Amino acid sequence: MSTRTPRDDDGLVEGPPRDAGPSGVIGAELLPSATGEFEAAAHAAPVARSQWALLRRRFFRHKLAVVSLGVLALIFVACFGADLFAPYSNTQQDLLLGPVSPRVGHWLGTDELGRDQLSRVLYAGQISLKVGLAVALISTFVGTAVGAIAGYAGRATDQVLMRVTDLFLVVPALAILALALDRFGNEDTTIILVLAGLFWMYAARVVRGQVMSIKEKEFVEAARASGASSTRIVVRHVLPNTVGPILVTATLGVALAIVTESTLSFLGFGVQPPETSWGNLLKDAEGTVGTSQAYLIYGPGLAILITVLAVNFVGDGLRDAFDPRSERRR
Amino acid sequence: MLTYVSRRLLYSVPVVIVASFLMFWMVRETYDPCARLRASRDAAAVSRCEERLRLDDPVVTQYGRWLGDAVRGDLGESSRTHEAVEEMIPRALWSSVQLIFWGVLISAVVAIALGVYSAVRQYSVLDYTFTGLSFLGLAMPPFWFGLLAIELLAVGPKRWFDLDQPLFYIVGLHSGDSSGFDLDYLRHLVLPVMTLTVQIVASWSRFQRAEMLDVMSADYVRTARAKGVPRRQVILRHGLRNALVPLLTVMALDIGALFGGVIVTETIFSIPGMGSLFVTSLSDGDAPVLAAWVLVTASLIVAFNLLADVLYSVLDPRVRLT
Repeated sequence: MSTRTPRDDDGLVEGPPRDAGPSGVIGAELLPSATGEFEAAAHAAPVARSQWALLRRRFFRHKLAVVSLGVLALIFVACFGADLFAPYSNTQQDLLLGPVSPRVGHWLGTDELGRDQLSRVLYAGQISLKVGLAVALISTFVGTAVGAIAGYAGRATDQVLMRVTDLFLVVPALAILALALDRFGNEDTTIILVLAGLFWMYAARVVRGQVMSIKEKEFVEAARASGASSTRIVVRHVLPNTVGPILVTATLGVALAIVTESTLSFLGFGVQPPETSWGNLLKDAEGTVGTSQAYLIYGPGLAILITVLAVNFVGDGLRDAFDPRSERRR
Repeated sequence: MLTYVSRRLLYSVPVVIVASFLMFWMVRETYDPCARLRASRDAAAVSRCEERLRLDDPVVTQYGRWLGDAVRGDLGESSRTHEAVEEMIPRALWSSVQLIFWGVLISAVVAIALGVYSAVRQYSVLDYTFTGLSFLGLAMPPFWFGLLAIELLAVGPKRWFDLDQPLFYIVGLHSGDSSGFDLDYLRHLVLPVMTLTVQIVASWSRFQRAEMLDVMSADYVRTARAKGVPRRQVILRHGLRNALVPLLTVMALDIGALFGGVIVTETIFSIPGMGSLFVTSLSDGDAPVLAAWVLVTASLIVAFNLLADVLYSVLDPRVRLT
């Protein structure tokens, strides 16, 4: 659905140099000394930490990314701490109250059973966020492994990977998910595994491209000349240089997974009642459009929009932090 | 070029067929096409149904038979409505093609205009506004956008201002017996097209802005300015013409993907296109329709991907296809 520009794949060819030379230490000294933690880190192990300190500094320069990180933290705490923060239980009905529009006490209103919409949004977030995170984690892990093997080994493995990717591009994800859910039951785990099974290819493609260019570099040749095994070269020399793109892909994967899950649930093929995700809540509220209860569509939708927006900004911040060249283009 | 195209086409054929087989197989594995008869406990009817579909054969044989008929133009019949699939698909495709045609046309015009303006007046107030809006558009879940559009632009105004008719319609592409290109058609089109394009306008305009910025800092643009070519002409003739090339390939790729993306839009606005056909067939486990659906959409995606590559090399002679 989303467009990937041709540039996405080759954004970070060089990556940060691994052996942090004097430049890294200088970078660490330039840090704002207000936070003692950085200074302590620089003193304790200047060589090991300085690269990360530089990254952190570049990331924190991206104001929107920092704010977004805060917003995301807030959303996480609110959703997973819903038992503490939600004004009502998500299932508690109040039939005498019935549907009321947003007001003090019921900030997003209530549905026709008198259930508080804000509380429902918070509890539904648990599933949406869980699916988003789990899918991103699993698919990034699998994709990195496959991409590294395909990129490094090349030839047959590479061909197979690319053909499989082609295949999954034309088979609609919706069908695979709906059929898998029908067969294996409507568990969160099924949704997570199927979505991860569909998304690993994005990470695999990115990592494959990276590995293919990095494996031609002199330091890989040097490692090979000094007798390092292929496994060691990939794990210790090649993969650490692709951390940036991998992190960015994983971050954007969270957003993609949340949107995909909610779309499927909205169409009725994803999370099934009584479990709720943001997509389900919108499916429930779809019938209220055009009636006086239409206020129910705003809460869950805003939750998705804000979460995805924040995740995208964090991804942007990470990209800039790992690839200083991209900053100049903005 | 010809060798390249034919090789690409040749190698796409197995991808398309395997994709459609996967679909057929998964549906057959999951759904029982004779389930309704089985529920009625009429053993004779069940065995008739099984015999007619020859369900005893392995799935590969069943699919092979379907494919054999398909190349001769017989796509089987829907196990839900018993209608011929080769009649259902073109009808559904026509609705979707209308949506996608208007969607792409409008998105392209809007995205190019916004992108060029943002690039030419970089860091202006409007540039920042467009950038902010495009971030919103990219993060917007299309199905929520559709609901918002219905509420805020169609039924909301009708309620607030006590209108007889909403300004925009929210069901189908024509009302009643009207057909053809008229005002009624336009009032039906506005909201679905908006829903379909909210994300692609955002991403195309970002892309166009970046490309335009790249081109406008090229040496030949500076040369053109230096020798006194009017600014307008530099932007349109030297800048835009070159910046359009990469956008066109991105557009071709996205058009292919849009055939899958109409599912949400058509569901919300009850448009009887490929997306609706897919959703109803999926909930009924209609294997012949779904296999044909994947065959058609996969071919379109492959075709537009190929078009993207060919277009690039035609418009930019520096790119060689190998």
